[in-house]
Amino acid sequence: MKLLPDYRRWLRAGIVSPEQTAGATAGFSRLRTVLIGPLALVAVWWLAFDAQWVSHKLLPSPWTTVQSLWESVASGAMTKDFLSTFNRTLSAFAIAAVAGIPVGILFGSNQKIYRSIEFLVDFFRSTPATAMFPLFLLIFGIGDFAKIAVAAFAAWLVVVFNVAYGVMNARQTRILAARVMGASSWRVFRDVMFFESLPQTFIGLRMAVSVALVVIIVAEMFIGSSDGLGRRIIDSQQVFDLQQMYASIIASGVMGYGVNLFFLAIEKWLVHWSGK
Amino acid sequence: MSAQTEPRLRPVPAEQAVHGRQTYITVRGLSKQFAGSPLYADFNLDIPQGKFTSIFGPNGCGKSTLINMIAGLTPVDAGDILFDGKTLKETTIGYVFQNYRDALLPWKRALDNIKYPLEIAGKSKSERTRRVEELIASFDIRFDLSRYPYELSGGQQQLVSIMRALAPHPEVLFLDEPFSALDYEMTLFIRDKLQEIFRATGVTMLLVSHDLEEAVYLADRVLLLTKRPTQVAETVHFHAPRPRDADTLSTEDFIRTKARCLEIFQREVRR
Repeated sequence: MKLLPDYRRWLRAGIVSPEQTAGATAGFSRLRTVLIGPLALVAVWWLAFDAQWVSHKLLPSPWTTVQSLWESVASGAMTKDFLSTFNRTLSAFAIAAVAGIPVGILFGSNQKIYRSIEFLVDFFRSTPATAMFPLFLLIFGIGDFAKIAVAAFAAWLVVVFNVAYGVMNARQTRILAARVMGASSWRVFRDVMFFESLPQTFIGLRMAVSVALVVIIVAEMFIGSSDGLGRRIIDSQQVFDLQQMYASIIASGVMGYGVNLFFLAIEKWLVHWSGK
Repeated sequence: MSAQTEPRLRPVPAEQAVHGRQTYITVRGLSKQFAGSPLYADFNLDIPQGKFTSIFGPNGCGKSTLINMIAGLTPVDAGDILFDGKTLKETTIGYVFQNYRDALLPWKRALDNIKYPLEIAGKSKSERTRRVEELIASFDIRFDLSRYPYELSGGQQQLVSIMRALAPHPEVLFLDEPFSALDYEMTLFIRDKLQEIFRATGVTMLLVSHDLEEAVYLADRVLLLTKRPTQVAETVHFHAPRPRDADTLSTEDFIRTKARCLEIFQREVRR
C-alpha cells in the first residue's frame, strides 16, 4: 500500500512540475527529520525532571511548564507583557529600518563616505549595546523611550552595515548593462542598484529585529520597567516561580522565532530571485 | 580569392573617414593604460557599416576592452570614437554580455527585461508591446517570456539578452563572447539566429570571440589583433554567401580563410 501519492504519474500527465514533486516528497521526510531535535530535547528535559538529575526547584516538568504557559496566555496575564515587548521591539526595529536604509544606501553608493565611517560602524557594532544603557538613560530618561532608543541604535548599525554592503556589492555587469542602454545614474540607482541590494538588505533587517528583541528583553529586566517579557522573566525568578520563568522564556522564544519566520516569508516573496 | 588582407591601418583624419561611405565606426588615436603599461597606444580603427566584424587576438590583448571602450563601458585615456560622425551619446547601441546570468535583471520577467531599454528610451507602453511582439515573431520564440530569467535555460537567457539588445533598433550590436557560457547545441542554434537577424536587419555587428572557427564563420571581416600594445595585425575578409551553414565549414574558402587567420594569429603570438 502506498502512503504517498504517485507523483511520477502526475508528472507524466504534466500536472505537476519536477520541482514540485521533489519538494513534496522531500517535505514529508524533512518534517520528520525536523521534529527529531525538539522531541529529543523534551525527552531529555522530562528524563532530567523524572530522574531528579536536577532539583525540581530548578527544573519543573515540561508538562507543568506548558500548562503554566497555557494558563498565563489563556488568562491574559502574559498577553500584556508579550504585547509590550512586541511593541517596543517593533518600534525599535521600525526606527532602525527607516533611519538605516537611506543611510546604508548613501554609505554604500559612495566609496569615500563608506571608507571614512567604516571604522566607526565596525567599532560600535562590536560594542555591546547593553554597555550604552546608562548613557541612553542619561539622554532619554528612565521612560520607555530609552529602551527603544538603545535597541533602535543597535539594530540601526546592523541595518546600515548590511544595506551598504548590499549596495556596494551590486553586480557590476547589471549596472553596465543598464548604462549601455543609456540609463541615467538615477535610473541605474533606482532600477538596478536598489534591487541588487535587496537580498542583503533583508538579511540585515532580519538580523536587526533579532538584535532589537535581545536588547529590549535585557532592558526590561534591568532598567526599570513595569511590564514586558523581560520584566516577567526576572520577576518570576525573584519569587522563584520557575514554571512561570520558563514559560516566559519560551514565550520570548516564540516571539523571536515568529518574527524571523515572518521576515523570511516576506523575503522569499519579495526578493524571489535571491540566490538564483 | 576571398581571403584578401589589408595592410595595417594608417591613421586617417576623422573627418575624412566619416565622409567615406562605408566607414561607420571610426577610432582615432585611442590610448589606454592598463596597470601602468600601455594596452592601446595611438590605436586607429575603421568598422564598416552593415558588416559583421569579428575580433580575434592573443590572450590579454584587450579584445573585450576594445569593444567596451567603443561601447562606452570602459573609459579611454585619450582618443576619439565616432559613429558615423556622431558621439556615443547620440547613438543607440546594443550590447550582449558573455555572462547572461549577471546581465539580465532577475527581478524583471524576461518580457520586461526586453522592454527595459525601450522604457529608458521613453517609448510608450503600446510601442513597447508592439516591438516585443515583433521580436518574438522574428526570433520565433516558443518559450514563455513571462517567466523570470532564472527560470529559463542558459540558451534561452542569452536569447532574451540578444532580444533586449536589439529591442531599441540599435545601430551597432556588440557581442562579447556571447556563446562561451553555452553548450555546443545552443551555441549552434543562437549563432544561426544571430546570422538570421543580421541578414534581416543589416545591423552592424561587432563580435569578440575566442573561437576562431566561430569568428570566421559569422564574419564579413575578421580583425586580428597583435599582442599589447595592441594594434590591428591584419583584417581578413570572408565573402562566403549567407545564409551560411554546416557545409560552409567544409568549403575550401572557409578552410583557407581560417588557415590564413591562424597563421597571422600564431605569428603574432610568437612575436
